Amino acid sequence: MSKETILSRIRANKPAARALPSIPAFDFVASDLQAAFTELAEANASRCITLTSAAELDDFIQIQFPGTKQIASTYPAFKGNIDLTTITDPSELKQVDVAIIPGQVGVAENAAIWVTEEACVHRALPVITQHLILVLSKTQLVGNLHEAYRKIQIDEFGYGVFIAGPSKTADIEQSLVIGAQGARSLTIVFID
Amino acid sequence: MQHADKAATFIQNESKTDWHNASIWRAREKRDLAAHGIPEWEQLRELASQVKDNVLSNLDQYLLQFEEAAKRNGVQVHWAATAEDHNRIVLDILQKNKLSKVVKSKSMLTEECHLNPFLEANGVEVIDTDLGERIIQLRDEPPSHIVAPAIHLKKEEIGELFHEKLGTEKGATDPNYLTEAARQHLRSAFMESQAGLTGVNFAVAETGGVVIVTNEGNSDMGVHLNKVQIHCMGIEKIIPRAQDLGIFVRLLARSAIGQAISIFTSHYHRPKAGGEMHYVIVDNGRSEHLGREDFRNGLKCIRCGACMNTCPVYRRSGGHSYGYTIPGPIGSILTPGKDLKQHSDLPFASTLCGSCSDVCPVKIDIHEQLYKWRQIIAEEGHLNRSKRWSMRLAGKILSNPKAYRRFGRLARWALRVMPSSMVYNRWNDWGKERELPTAPKQSFKEWYQENHPGS
Repeated sequence: MSKETILSRIRANKPAARALPSIPAFDFVASDLQAAFTELAEANASRCITLTSAAELDDFIQIQFPGTKQIASTYPAFKGNIDLTTITDPSELKQVDVAIIPGQVGVAENAAIWVTEEACVHRALPVITQHLILVLSKTQLVGNLHEAYRKIQIDEFGYGVFIAGPSKTADIEQSLVIGAQGARSLTIVFID
Repeated sequence: MQHADKAATFIQNESKTDWHNASIWRAREKRDLAAHGIPEWEQLRELASQVKDNVLSNLDQYLLQFEEAAKRNGVQVHWAATAEDHNRIVLDILQKNKLSKVVKSKSMLTEECHLNPFLEANGVEVIDTDLGERIIQLRDEPPSHIVAPAIHLKKEEIGELFHEKLGTEKGATDPNYLTEAARQHLRSAFMESQAGLTGVNFAVAETGGVVIVTNEGNSDMGVHLNKVQIHCMGIEKIIPRAQDLGIFVRLLARSAIGQAISIFTSHYHRPKAGGEMHYVIVDNGRSEHLGREDFRNGLKCIRCGACMNTCPVYRRSGGHSYGYTIPGPIGSILTPGKDLKQHSDLPFASTLCGSCSDVCPVKIDIHEQLYKWRQIIAEEGHLNRSKRWSMRLAGKILSNPKAYRRFGRLARWALRVMPSSMVYNRWNDWGKERELPTAPKQSFKEWYQENHPGS
């Protein structure tokens, strides 16, 4: 009922056809994508580190997040201590101190990282965890968002998200506060 | 009450007005810095505008394409011709699932439809989860800005509110402390909630998915922790292709607050395992607005708020003075289409400086539309009496050279000899809060004739 009303009003009122423009390539010029990415990431209050192997993550977590008890990892080379497959109610994930998730694509112009449902196991994991670690390889970096959207398929999974930093807000007198509703920190780990 | 009256009340607190002005101008400065960092910025604006032109000219087809793709993805699609339809549909979904606790992330559409009071009247608890929205919800007032809903409040006022409602320490005003208290409060609300509701930034016709941006992550918390997720969108949120997101996402956060991208740009396509996903597609006057040739470009708006941040009138009168969900320049060109008589003052709440059009990421001709609305408002007889009479008088004088010269002489003489109480009083708006210029002895024409005789 409503549908037909709306559509017929649109048909009666819409302007003459206008062509859909094609989108140029818009190349991102940077001599070093990782350096550009890191600069933006730090501006967004994220931290970037480079490790030679996943085993070093253990030390990093113990030093950076002392008192960490619950670690959820979906990064194959690192084992956490929570079995995500046994969790059915995502609100149980509120106990997670640190989550380690592999990213798919990193965007140098804004330090955003594409994270898919498949990589999260639970959609809520990257946002409900207290601290988030995303793992990237240098080879997964692209220049700008156009390139990223050409590389990913947004409907490959039921949910996908660009994450560009820790959860933040400026709703009180425009003062920047890190750690609003989501993760309190974001660390991007390059392992090559 | 008219915009000018509410603005007059707002500026009575001079130091708060100055603070409001400066604080919002900072967002404009950050926007400039971010925009200048992108060499193709102007090209992106042009492309965004062209994509939206195409969307408006083909909106029926895109909506059908979107619905078809969404249904293939397992999403349930509902159509709402009016705000009442929208509210009823949302309530039906909740009641069918026996859900009475909803968490909501920011949505100007649900504000426009007055969804919260409707749900509350029907026994549903709604908690707004964007920090700014939660603040104004606890104060029981509407947002004053579409991106920063509580921008009109000082941290002392928020501290007082949180002390009363969330039990924070009395006198505490540190934004870090207050935000942490809100985090704990909202996290428990997320855990107790039974459904997640959101607005929509972009709806992608080719994939049937919706994209929502937040900095806090509250949309994802609310959506992922609940079996039932509901996304409410105006018909104009459609973009044709996934590739178009590259343009709009690059423009949106930079225009809004000078950020390269929002922290979370979430793409929802299919319900979670065992979950339900709903879209409510809302018209509520939009299809009618589409038929207004001079004004349809207003439907291109992506709700970044840049026009508010740059507007000298908005910054010094506050969002509440506009009396509508969407304040500022964009609100002033959308609202007359909703109710010309009720909102006939809003197109006058502008200096027509054009700064809004200059910063608009989708190149809406905002200041030109403000001017066009003024003409329609005058033609349809909605001007208030003082404007009507002064315009009629000005029209007579300005169209008659002899009368113009005589009036000019009279005015110059009067400004020189009249006692100041005759110039600065409540009947002369031009003498409020400003000194009128010293009147010269002769007009330019008189001076020219004297100095260039015979030319």
